[in-house]
Amino acid sequence: MSFEKELEQGRFYIPECLACKKLVWPPSEFCDGCNEETSLRKEVFEGKIIEFSRQNEEYFCMVEFGDSIRIMAKMIALPKKDQIVKISKCGISEGNYFFQVI
Amino acid sequence: MSKVGIAAYGKIPFTKDDHKIESTLHKSANDLFQKNPEIDKKEIDAVLISTNNNSKYLSPILSEMSGIQPKIAHSIESLCNSGTNSIVSAFSYISSGLADMVLVSGAERYDSPGQILEWDNSRGEFKHPIFWASIFSKSYKEKYNISDEELAIVSVKNHKQASKNPNALSKKTYTVEDVMNSKKLTDDLKLLDCSRPCTGSASILLASEEIMKKYTDSPIWITGIGQKTTSAGFTKNTSLSSMESTKIAGQSALNMSNHNISEIDVAEVHDAFSVCEPMILESLGFTDPGNGMDMIKNLHQTNNFKINPRGGLIGCGHPLGATGISQTIEIIEQLQNNAESRQTDNPKTGLIHNMSAAATSSTVLVLEK
Repeated sequence: MSFEKELEQGRFYIPECLACKKLVWPPSEFCDGCNEETSLRKEVFEGKIIEFSRQNEEYFCMVEFGDSIRIMAKMIALPKKDQIVKISKCGISEGNYFFQVI
Repeated sequence: MSKVGIAAYGKIPFTKDDHKIESTLHKSANDLFQKNPEIDKKEIDAVLISTNNNSKYLSPILSEMSGIQPKIAHSIESLCNSGTNSIVSAFSYISSGLADMVLVSGAERYDSPGQILEWDNSRGEFKHPIFWASIFSKSYKEKYNISDEELAIVSVKNHKQASKNPNALSKKTYTVEDVMNSKKLTDDLKLLDCSRPCTGSASILLASEEIMKKYTDSPIWITGIGQKTTSAGFTKNTSLSSMESTKIAGQSALNMSNHNISEIDVAEVHDAFSVCEPMILESLGFTDPGNGMDMIKNLHQTNNFKINPRGGLIGCGHPLGATGISQTIEIIEQLQNNAESRQTDNPKTGLIHNMSAAATSSTVLVLEK
């Protein structure tokens, strides 16, 4: 499972259980439901803004993908609740994941 | 299950001072033994340390510094509710018969590594607690039509109550205007809405019923315990305007003690940020959802110290590993009518609520005379 390798390249792929097809989050080699191995589902996911606030000129949002996977992401433009967004930038900086949505 | 009580406690002022964790731990344990010279240290079977500090072997170190040779000695870490989790472990050792008397000491430095949960990468670059607190605040305010000025009353009330607590970090009182004009951290959070990391420690001695009879004429018993972990990651919270782990832990503790929430006379709750206090009061069942601020406003206007008489985390400061123990000591003092100018009206039953990492886990204790 190479979630972080893909993330380092700016690609956000969510792990999926090979057996039960559940999307697994946080990223893991094993399904938290049936314990089988996962692999990355290589598709572009759309997310929905659940909540947001702002620090200085940048918005930070809770974004939900696939009904259950939630991350905190940066957004430059004013977000709206329930707005559909996509990951525009992502990666790993000093050990921390970062995500930006548009 | 055999009864477990609290035989003694020790506490020190919370500060911004730069002291070694070992020295900080020792101070509150030493305060306990100085105030209770009758305690026979040979009877202490276990020494449990509550901290997020990275220093090693702290329980044997405190044991040696205090002249104790316990059978059981180890540390317990669970971020901000390490303190009450340590008390639960001590309770379990005693009620199982593995120990008769357990010293629980919690300590933290102002620069604790427990302030950030590095593992939680779902938070992206927003790992500092001010970000989850901002999301909670925004969500809660919108859902229940609460203003920033109303939320600021939590900080005003708890600083007022902390000003009566000689061990609190904050000695100042503030107005709603002061809170509103304090540094803006995000659109939904001001500096005075936040508890502050600090250096501090607190210690308590738990004992079996038999031992309690030897050491105290005014025993305080732990009659209810509830714990719940829903996740580790903030983004797994299903609600952003209530606390699921608190609901479950609170109900478990009340069930165990055979009480309902209306019978709780005094409570210490984990107001890490202003918005947490109404959310906790609602999740514990003190009020209906959305009415937490009405209760807080009424308590503040009537100068009633029922909730967070110690001054809460906002007023007292938040030395993570010591907080749950310090909260517990406040309830002991309240039940023993020893809380001086913070004393509430002859309480008989008290509650402690202590949580971690955006309420992904909660621990609730019920104490009685």
